[in-house]
Amino acid sequence: MAELFHFLKPKNKLEEGGRAAAVQQDDGEPEKVCPNCRKHIPMSQLWADKLVCDCGYHFRMKARQRIRLIADRDSFRELYAGLETEDPLRFPGYREKLETAGHASGESEGVVCGTAQIRKQAVCIFAMEPQFMMGSMGSVVGEKITALFEYAARERLPVVGFLVSGGARMQEGLVSLMQMAKTSAAVKRHSDAGLLYIAVLTDPTTGGVTASFGMEADIIAAEPGATVGFAGARVIEQTTRKALPKGFQTAEFTLRHGFIDCIIPRKRQRGALAALLAMHCR
Amino acid sequence: MSRSGRADAGKTGGEGETGIMNAYEKVMTARDGGRPTGSDYIKNIFTGFAEMHGDRRFGDDPAVIGGIAYLGERPVTVIAVEKGHSAKERAYRNFGAPSPEGYRKALRLMKQAEKFGRPVICFVDTSGAFCGSEAEERGQGQAIAENLMELSTLCVPVISVVIGEGGSGGALALCVADRVWMLENAVYSVISPEGCASILWHEPGRAAAAAENLCLTAQDAQTLGVIEEIVSEEDLGEPAFYERLRERLEETAEELSADPELLAARYERFRKIGRL
Ligand SMILES: [Zn+2]
Repeated sequence: MAELFHFLKPKNKLEEGGRAAAVQQDDGEPEKVCPNCRKHIPMSQLWADKLVCDCGYHFRMKARQRIRLIADRDSFRELYAGLETEDPLRFPGYREKLETAGHASGESEGVVCGTAQIRKQAVCIFAMEPQFMMGSMGSVVGEKITALFEYAARERLPVVGFLVSGGARMQEGLVSLMQMAKTSAAVKRHSDAGLLYIAVLTDPTTGGVTASFGMEADIIAAEPGATVGFAGARVIEQTTRKALPKGFQTAEFTLRHGFIDCIIPRKRQRGALAALLAMHCR
Repeated sequence: MSRSGRADAGKTGGEGETGIMNAYEKVMTARDGGRPTGSDYIKNIFTGFAEMHGDRRFGDDPAVIGGIAYLGERPVTVIAVEKGHSAKERAYRNFGAPSPEGYRKALRLMKQAEKFGRPVICFVDTSGAFCGSEAEERGQGQAIAENLMELSTLCVPVISVVIGEGGSGGALALCVADRVWMLENAVYSVISPEGCASILWHEPGRAAAAAENLCLTAQDAQTLGVIEEIVSEEDLGEPAFYERLRERLEETAEELSADPELLAARYERFRKIGRL
């Protein structure tokens, strides 16, 4: 499937153009510019196409949009809504950042969790929120993911997760680092109970989230062109002073190196997930 | 960590003049090339160390040393991140930055320990997992993730001692343990203070302030419930120092080996951190 998307510009090139293409408010309808092909796309069309450009570029998507796209209509029941961090380090400026992130995203934290049905199959589902501090994992994200896997193990449900994360949330220091171990232990218990976990890595999935529940699923899928990696590309370039290979840390790169199972374009995700879930029905 | 367990009590700010090191001074001390490295601990605490190489997948990572040795009378598996002393050895050890092969070697040896019922003892001293394109190509994130997951249910006691730098996920991959200890001047952090300062304030020069706020000292880590014990650095590198640590490791390995609830306690050890 990777070959289908070779016409996507390599990541490094994309970043030059600015990935977060702003909404252009000309005289007519609001539109977005595709950072890959530079086409102007009216918002109404972009919504109809699930935020995917004709060229194959997948725009980032909010957590609740993802869930709406994947879950059966009105089947989503949220769990652990409204949990807020205790700011364990009292890190300067963190409270203000949280507030800004809350306004920007309309969410109280970096992940939305709950139960849902996907073509009538019951699942636990989580979707991370790119507009909330880039889905970084602090105590709340760690707690919600852990609690969801524990719930899924108790109720004997599969877990479907949509990941997007810049990694650990440094404002929570060691508490944030420990969430990697905490979530991993919960994933392991769920797995040892013989239950299925499917992760869909979206742009970007990096750092401590890749190095914990991102890479621990039974089936790891990714969206075309998504950045998937551990260390940031810029940090690697600064450290090693070597140019990175073309398409470094794209989903296609990660697939080629054997670390994900498949790349599933957004339009096919609901069907593909339903089919995979059905294959694990007992 | 209890609900009210805040870290401020451990913050060491403004005490530099009184002879107590501030957080960034501790970072510098933890990084000091003159400190004992992983292999010094192996040499001085254990007997009969037999080194085992390779991850049986791709290669052998010189940044991670592993093998079997006696702790007193008891055979144990020992894993240590090695930074090296001389310039040449430091380069050979990749400055103690493990590659995916290092984490996979560690996991292989830990699984071997589980099979033969040996406790596992880790010495951690790394500024972080190796940050390079080869490491990414060979799944650095996957290697760390697998260790976190597998260590959470490894059926033998695991004790990890952060002896210098405990750099983020690259350190955590060897610290999913029943007991985590830190040397009195070791640091354990989600990000380097320089990295934190440059991301947050675009000023790497404010690393000292970042270090203070990251709560990365042993004292902070204990307040946050991340570690159990602080190892005194009195006589650091001297026979008396190693003897004290050996005794404490022996007692603890003994105690943990007799614990029928080991895995439940290990789960809870991490489960409680940041519980809301
Ligand atoms: Zn396009």
